[in-house]
Amino acid sequence: MRVTRASVFTASAGAFCWNAAASANTSNGYNLPEGVTSLSRAMFALHMEVFWICVGIAVVVFGAMIYSLLKFRQSRGAIPDTSMVHSTKVEIIWTIVPVIILVVMAVPAADLILKQEDMRDSGLTIKVTGYQWKWQYSYMDAADGVNFFSTLKQDSNFARQLDSGIDPHSVPNYLLDVDKPLIVPSGVKVRLLLTSMDVIHAWWVPDFGAKRSAIPGFVNEIWFKVDAGKEGIYRGQCAALCGRDHGYMPVVVDVRTPEQFKEWVDAQRAAAAGVGTATPATTALNLH
Amino acid sequence: MAHDHAADTAHHDDHHDQPPSGIGRWLFATNHKDIGTMYLVFSLIMFFIGGAMAMVIRAELFKPGLQLVDPGFFNQMTTMHALVMIFGAVMPAFVGLANWMIPLQIGAPDMALPRMNNFSFWIMPFAFTILLSSLFVPGGAPAGGWTMYPPLFLQGGNYVAMAIFAVHLMGASSIMGSINVIVTIMNMRAPGMNLLKMPLFCWSWLITAYLLIAVMPVLAGAVTMLLTDHYFGTSFFNAAGGGDPLMFEHVFWFFGHPEVYIMILPAFGIISEILPTFSRKPLFGATSMIYAIASIAFLSFIVWGHHMFVDGMPLAAQVFFMMSTMLIAVPTGVKVFNWTATMWRGSLSFEPPMLFALAFLFLFTIGGFSGVMLAIVPVDFQYNQTYFVVAHFHYVLVPGAVFAIMAAVYYWLPKWTGNMYSTRLAQTHFWLSTIFVNVLFFPQHFLGLAGMPRRIPDYAVQFSDWNMVSSIGAFGFGLSQLLFVVVIIQCARGGKQKVSAEVWDGAAPTGLEWTIPSPAPYHSFTVAPEIK
Repeated sequence: MRVTRASVFTASAGAFCWNAAASANTSNGYNLPEGVTSLSRAMFALHMEVFWICVGIAVVVFGAMIYSLLKFRQSRGAIPDTSMVHSTKVEIIWTIVPVIILVVMAVPAADLILKQEDMRDSGLTIKVTGYQWKWQYSYMDAADGVNFFSTLKQDSNFARQLDSGIDPHSVPNYLLDVDKPLIVPSGVKVRLLLTSMDVIHAWWVPDFGAKRSAIPGFVNEIWFKVDAGKEGIYRGQCAALCGRDHGYMPVVVDVRTPEQFKEWVDAQRAAAAGVGTATPATTALNLH
Repeated sequence: MAHDHAADTAHHDDHHDQPPSGIGRWLFATNHKDIGTMYLVFSLIMFFIGGAMAMVIRAELFKPGLQLVDPGFFNQMTTMHALVMIFGAVMPAFVGLANWMIPLQIGAPDMALPRMNNFSFWIMPFAFTILLSSLFVPGGAPAGGWTMYPPLFLQGGNYVAMAIFAVHLMGASSIMGSINVIVTIMNMRAPGMNLLKMPLFCWSWLITAYLLIAVMPVLAGAVTMLLTDHYFGTSFFNAAGGGDPLMFEHVFWFFGHPEVYIMILPAFGIISEILPTFSRKPLFGATSMIYAIASIAFLSFIVWGHHMFVDGMPLAAQVFFMMSTMLIAVPTGVKVFNWTATMWRGSLSFEPPMLFALAFLFLFTIGGFSGVMLAIVPVDFQYNQTYFVVAHFHYVLVPGAVFAIMAAVYYWLPKWTGNMYSTRLAQTHFWLSTIFVNVLFFPQHFLGLAGMPRRIPDYAVQFSDWNMVSSIGAFGFGLSQLLFVVVIIQCARGGKQKVSAEVWDGAAPTGLEWTIPSPAPYHSFTVAPEIK
C-alpha cells in the first residue's frame, strides 16, 4: 500500500526529471533514491512510511488550524468561548496518541538498525582512508594487495576553478567523477573499514544507503551488497566538512560482476608484479 | 507618566524619571528598558551582518561552477553566518525581549542586577568585534563549521584563538544574563503573582536561563580544550597523542542540543502570549504548556547523540538516542495542539503580530515533521549532512525563532514607543517574508533528499534548478527585511498615531505590561501592583 503510493510519488517526479541521466544516481531529483541494495530499499521504504505518517498528521493538524482561521474570525462575527481553557481528557488523548504513532515508527526503525549493524559474513573487506582531499582504497581478503588513491577527475578539476570559463554542464558528471573508482563485485557483501589520516571525512553513496564518517584514530564499519544485475557506476560525495576542498572529493563505485571483478583483481596484481612494487605498499596497510 | 508616582514618592527624585542624556545613557545604562533596546538593536545589526553572509553563500550557489568566492572563503561564510546568527542575532534578541518584558510582566521596577545587566550587554560588542575581525587576519575567519570540530578547526591560523576568546565572552555574557533573569523572576514578582500565575513568556525564559547556565560552561570547557590542544601541546582531541576527536563532538553537542532549545523556548513563550490576545480567548491548557516546556528542557540533555549517528555509535546508543529524540515530539505536539485549541472557538483577527505567530505555527510544525524524520536513525544515514538537515533547522530557526522575535517586536513595539507603526507596511513585510522564506528553504528538502551534501561551494549539475530557486528566495527574503527596519524607524520616530495603555484594546491582551501607560515610563512599577 505504502509502496504503491510511494511509487506514484516517484512516477510523478519523472515529469520533473532534469539531467538525471548524467549520473547513475537513481534519485529523481527531489526524493531519496530507492537504490540498489537491500538496505537502501529498506531505508527508502521506511522513509516513505514516516513521510506519509507525517503527511497524515499534517492534514489533521493543519486542517484544524485552517478551519479555525476560516471559521472563528472576528470579521465573521465569531464570539469567543472564553470558558474553554482546559480539558484533562483531551490533553491526555493528544499526549497518548503521538506516543503510539512514535512507537509504530520506532519498531521497524530499530529492526533496520540491527540489519545495518550486522557486519557478519562479508565476502570482501576494503579499508577506506580519507585524506584532504582524496580517498584511498586498500583491498583485503580475496583482493588483498590491491591499493590505490581516488581523486577528482581532471576535467572537473579544471572546470571547478574560480572563473574557469568552463561551463559545468559541458563536463560529464561534473564534480562526481574520479580518476580511479572503487571497484566492487555485485552480489557480494562488501564491508568497508573507514578511517582518516587527517580530519573527519564521511564516505557516502546514496544508492547503497551507505554513509559513515572516517575519523582519525577510529575504524568505523559499514556494509553494502549490490544486487546482481545492478552492475554500473554509482556516485556520491564526501559528506563531512573537511576543509577547503570538501566539495571536491567524490566517491565513485564501479560495480562489476564477480567474474569481471576477479579479472580486474588479477590484472591489478599482474601489473603490480610487473613493476615489482606490490609488497611494500600493501603489507604496511594490512590490518590482519 | 512620571507625574503619578513622583508626588507620593519624593525620595525617588534622585533616580531621575527622565533618562539621562547623551552617550552616557547607553554606556552606563542600568535601566532594563535601555539595555533591552541595546540588545535588540545589536541583534538587528547582527541579523543583517549574518544575512549578508547568507547572501554571499546563496549568490555563489545560484548556479554550478565557482563565480564569486573561492572555496576557503565560502567555508568562512557558512561558519561565520551560523556563529553570527546564533550568538549574535537570535540569542541577544531574546535577551533583549527578556530585559524589556520580564520586569513589565511580573510588576518589577527593573531587573534585579542592573550593573551586571550593563556588563553582560557591553561584553557582546567586544566579543563580536573580535569574532568579525578574524575575517581580516592572515588565514581568515573560522572555516571549519560553527560546530568547530577538531581536527579541522585546529588546522586554522589566528582565528582559533580569536573565535575561542569570542565564544568565552559570549558565554560569560549569556550566563550573567541568565542569572539576572532567574534572580529577577524568583525575587521580584509582584505580591500575589505566584509562579503558576506568571505569564508564559517569563516561564519560558526562566527555563531557558537554567539551560544556559547548565550548558554554557560545557561549551567553554570544550573550546578551552581546543585552545590548549592548539597552543599548549595537549592532546584532548588529537588521536595521534592518545586523544579522541569524537569526544569533542559529544561534549559540543551536550551543549549544542540544549542550545537549540535555548533558541526556541522563548519563542514558544512569545507565541503563547500573542495567540490568546488575538483569539480573544485564554491560552488553552496553560499549566500543561509549562510542563511541556520543562519536559522539552529536560529531554534536551539526553538527545545529543542524534547529531552523531553517522560518526559510528554502539547499537544500544543508536536506539536510545532515537527513542529519546522521538520523545521530544510529544511535549512539542502538546504545545502545537494547545495553540490550535486556543484558536478553536475564539474570535480571530489578523494584526501583524498575529500573522507572524500563525506563520510560526504552520512553518515551525513543518520543521517538527522533518525533525521526526531525522530522528529515525536508519534513515538519518541518508539525511544527515545533506541539505535536508539545512532545510530542517532553518525551518525551526527562521520561520520559527526569527518569526517569533518579529511577532514579539510587532506586539510590544507600540508599548515601547507609544506609537502605532504602519500596519500596511508590516503586513507587506509579513507576506514577502513568509512567501520568500518558503521559496528559500522548502526546495532544500528536495536537494538534500536528492543527495546534495551541505557546506559545499559548488555542486553537480543535477542540483542546479532547486539551488537557483532557493537563491531567488534568499535574495527576496533578505531584501524584505529592509522593510522591517523601515517599520521600526518610522514607529520610533512617531509612527501613525499614539496608542493607549492597552495598545490592542480591540483584542484581549492580558498581563501587567498593558496596565502601564504607553510608552512605558522610564521607571515602571516603582510601587508594586497587587495581583488578585
